[in-house]
Amino acid sequence: MEPISFQVDSSRYRHWEVNKDGQRMRIHMSVDPAFPLREGYDLKLNSYDLGVDIELADIVRRLRFEHPEITSLVISSSHEQVFCSGANIHMLGISSHSWKVNFCKFTNETRCELEDWAAQADVRSICAVTGPCAGGGYELALACDEIWLIDDGNSAVSLPETPLLGVLPGTGGLTRLVDKRKVRRDRADVFCTLAEGFKGKRALEWGLVDTVAPRSRFDDQLKQHLDQIEADRPGRLERKGISLGPIEVSEVDGVRSSSTLSVAYKAEQRTAEITIDVPPVADAPTTLEQIHEAGDCFWPLRFTRELEDALLDLRVNRNGIGLALIKTTGNLDDIQGWDQVLVENKGDWFVDQILHLMSHVIQRLERTSCSFFALIEQGSCFGGSMLEIALACDRIYILDEQGVEVQRSKMNEGLLPMTTDITRCQCRLLGEPNLLEQTMGNYNRLDASSAEKFGLVTEALDEFDYEDMVPVAIEERVSLSPDSLTGMEANLRFAGPENLKSKVFGRLSAWQNWIFIRPNATGPNGALTLYGRPERPDFAWDRV
Amino acid sequence: MGNVDQNGKIPNNVDLAGDKRLQRALEHWLPLYMEWWNDMGPAGFQTNDIYLRTAVSVEAGGWANFDYVKMPEYRWGIFMTPTESENSIGFGDHLGKPVWQEIPGEYRGNLRRIIVTQADTEPASVEQQRFLGTIAPSLYDMRNLFQVNVEEGRHLWAMVYLLFRFFGKDGRDEAEELLCRRSGDEDKPRILNAFNEACDHWLSFFCFTHFTDRDGKFQLASLAESGFEPLARTCKFMLTEEAHHLFVGESGLDRIIKRSAELTRETDGDPISAGGISLEMIQRSINYWFTFSLDLFGGEISSNAANFFGEGLKGRFKEHSRYEDHVMKDGIKIIPQVVDGSVVEEEVPYRNAINEVLRDEYIDDCQRALRKWNRTLEKAGLETRLTLPSRRFHRHQGLYSDHSFDPEGNVITKDRYEANSGRWLLNSDDNDYLVSIMNQVIEPGKMANWISAPARGINGQPLEFEYVRL
Repeated sequence: MEPISFQVDSSRYRHWEVNKDGQRMRIHMSVDPAFPLREGYDLKLNSYDLGVDIELADIVRRLRFEHPEITSLVISSSHEQVFCSGANIHMLGISSHSWKVNFCKFTNETRCELEDWAAQADVRSICAVTGPCAGGGYELALACDEIWLIDDGNSAVSLPETPLLGVLPGTGGLTRLVDKRKVRRDRADVFCTLAEGFKGKRALEWGLVDTVAPRSRFDDQLKQHLDQIEADRPGRLERKGISLGPIEVSEVDGVRSSSTLSVAYKAEQRTAEITIDVPPVADAPTTLEQIHEAGDCFWPLRFTRELEDALLDLRVNRNGIGLALIKTTGNLDDIQGWDQVLVENKGDWFVDQILHLMSHVIQRLERTSCSFFALIEQGSCFGGSMLEIALACDRIYILDEQGVEVQRSKMNEGLLPMTTDITRCQCRLLGEPNLLEQTMGNYNRLDASSAEKFGLVTEALDEFDYEDMVPVAIEERVSLSPDSLTGMEANLRFAGPENLKSKVFGRLSAWQNWIFIRPNATGPNGALTLYGRPERPDFAWDRV
Repeated sequence: MGNVDQNGKIPNNVDLAGDKRLQRALEHWLPLYMEWWNDMGPAGFQTNDIYLRTAVSVEAGGWANFDYVKMPEYRWGIFMTPTESENSIGFGDHLGKPVWQEIPGEYRGNLRRIIVTQADTEPASVEQQRFLGTIAPSLYDMRNLFQVNVEEGRHLWAMVYLLFRFFGKDGRDEAEELLCRRSGDEDKPRILNAFNEACDHWLSFFCFTHFTDRDGKFQLASLAESGFEPLARTCKFMLTEEAHHLFVGESGLDRIIKRSAELTRETDGDPISAGGISLEMIQRSINYWFTFSLDLFGGEISSNAANFFGEGLKGRFKEHSRYEDHVMKDGIKIIPQVVDGSVVEEEVPYRNAINEVLRDEYIDDCQRALRKWNRTLEKAGLETRLTLPSRRFHRHQGLYSDHSFDPEGNVITKDRYEANSGRWLLNSDDNDYLVSIMNQVIEPGKMANWISAPARGINGQPLEFEYVRL
């Protein structure tokens, strides 16, 4: 199959219309049925597939950087009959298990980023539901700060996955219903088993939407609300957006390269080697003006975008790869210098958004179904943000040799939180609070044995042991069951507290992925398989 | 069950007296219904005596009892065709099993949707026709209009009975909603589009009763096959009344066509100069209402429709007499679709195309009426013939609604469609003109100039009979 590209830009959207009016952004879902990402289904009734969501993710990303002046985002639909009918069922019906899982993961991440961005940028997001809004459509609405529903006796919100398809509203729907909107669990239970969902008054009473308005007053009322939102957020007009150019990627002899990193694929070993090149900090802009002028060429932003693109390519286009080795080249002073530019200019909208994006991308790494080992060797520069990437890996091997060092900084103390909102050091050292206390504020360069002592690496190995053990560890890792590894890693990576996001990925998605392989959903007589076909499902009634 | 109770507040043969809970619910709903009738029913004639038929018995011949009645005093009752014997489900995956007397839990949602959608059309058409009495072309026609109106009201009662009896609190909520929605209202429109279209003169009224009520006939007939017996029996009884509405539409259009043909001949091709209706205008009206009514059958490819059939909830038109295979699990149906700008035939699983099967039956029935009207034109010595447009033309639902077609069904550009739509479809000039020529005629036996007299009166009465006492 053709590899999937995650790069798109507003001139190429097929499924969304983007309309900016001053400081207000309005996007219309307007899915072109004739352009599914893969053949075999039509995207009817504003249903979506990965292609539609890649565009939405791009919209959110561009809102983050290109439109810092906006105060509100309204998501609406230009389809005459429906708002959105959710993920395309025929696409799910014909897709492989891994495709379904990757699709759901990506769409979940898009909704989480929408939610995070709106909170981080203090933009009010409103879903203006002006037609029937089912399944994934309502899940998109749930990711907004507010849901407005037109009260026309026809438009309804619903999560029909269980009664109609025998699967789950797996894009955050169940979790957001009870954890975010705090709908009572018994009411949520009724709602999630009622295929047609709830219309105006009842939807409002049960907390499924925030505002209902009749058609004749809907637009006016919404406009008044947007006026107020804008009035409450003065002073943004002076912000000038940064335009995001395309990411240039080339692939030669199995090495996929962009300007800041390369990924060398070894298909027969089922490994990938990701090497990040940290440039000299002497080239870094120093003033805010220079940073803004550098825009998407500013190294931390460019690198973060390229890392994300590489991770998405790894997930979707390289299913056979079981282990990614992460290396860095450069020197510690340089990475600390780059990080320092960000830390010093924190508070500026652009710098803040770069930090948020970095968090988002490192979190994405932790949600990737692939093992990650960081290898700290001569010429590495695992300091600050690079050390944070190492800490996101399943294991960290450091060569115990003079000149091989790591270095913590403010970047490791809350600026790049995990999915669960704690730092990676907090997560690692849950059982060793004393060690955590000693590392806090310790920004000295640490050699291999100190790094080991402080719990920052898995093993410090001298030259001979390193040469012996690391290749063996790699060989051993890729020999293990990939399914088991995916489950094991997902459980070990996120020690500590849970939050909505971690529940969406760790619980809802896991259950959904289980249901996806069960005969009641995807067997020959399963509800998902037979949806839209003349036959009706035949369930095995055992509760497992 | 079976015997008609005429003594209670609500005449019925569903043993209301024996079901106090249901009786209370319906008696609570009665004043709400009356309020709706007074607000939205025929404007200006609520105190007049109208020569109406009222169902007093469900036996053949006994269900139509004619007398003068004031509309608000009409005895809206709840009637079902009596059970024949031990019935079994006639189609779908439950074929041959006993019919359901109560709703199977797993089909509750689908049945509710089917019943609410059907129910919503009944008050809608009364609302659409609200002002037509004031421009009626004769007392005969005025009476027919009111007969249609009260019977649509009774159909609402029939559906509301099912909602109350079988759907508990949800059913009561739906029943109230039925009285809150309003045809054509921006905020609370009726569920189906054709029932939000303006029907402000008698050409539209006759087209509506011919084409749109005919959709009702086919929907009711397929629900009359339902494995849920109370729905099946209710719809069977409604069909007997619906037949009169179709007669009003078909004969009304025939009378207009006859008169237009006469005026066309008398005026050398310009009936408008004599205050008549041109055949082009009639054709545009056919094009308009026929196509809106086609939308009512739902999508050409529909998993809901497949489910309704498979589940035994909604069958086909005359399922028993016209079809041999009542399961149709593996069949296919050819449905023309637009691919790369041209119409090509594609195979669709039969059950998913079941809406189209019903639409085929409907179109055949419409063609039959058209042949009759064309015989009227032929007898009048005119060469002009009326036609039905292609099922792809002017659609707002389904496969064809995303493309533009001419009345012959050829794909055309949107620009071309828009440039010609005024020529193909009833337009605002037509409507203004039609309203302008329609003045109320109240002298018994007399007809407006634009319509010819019917062949005979109602219930054996002469044409000069005073059908409405003004």
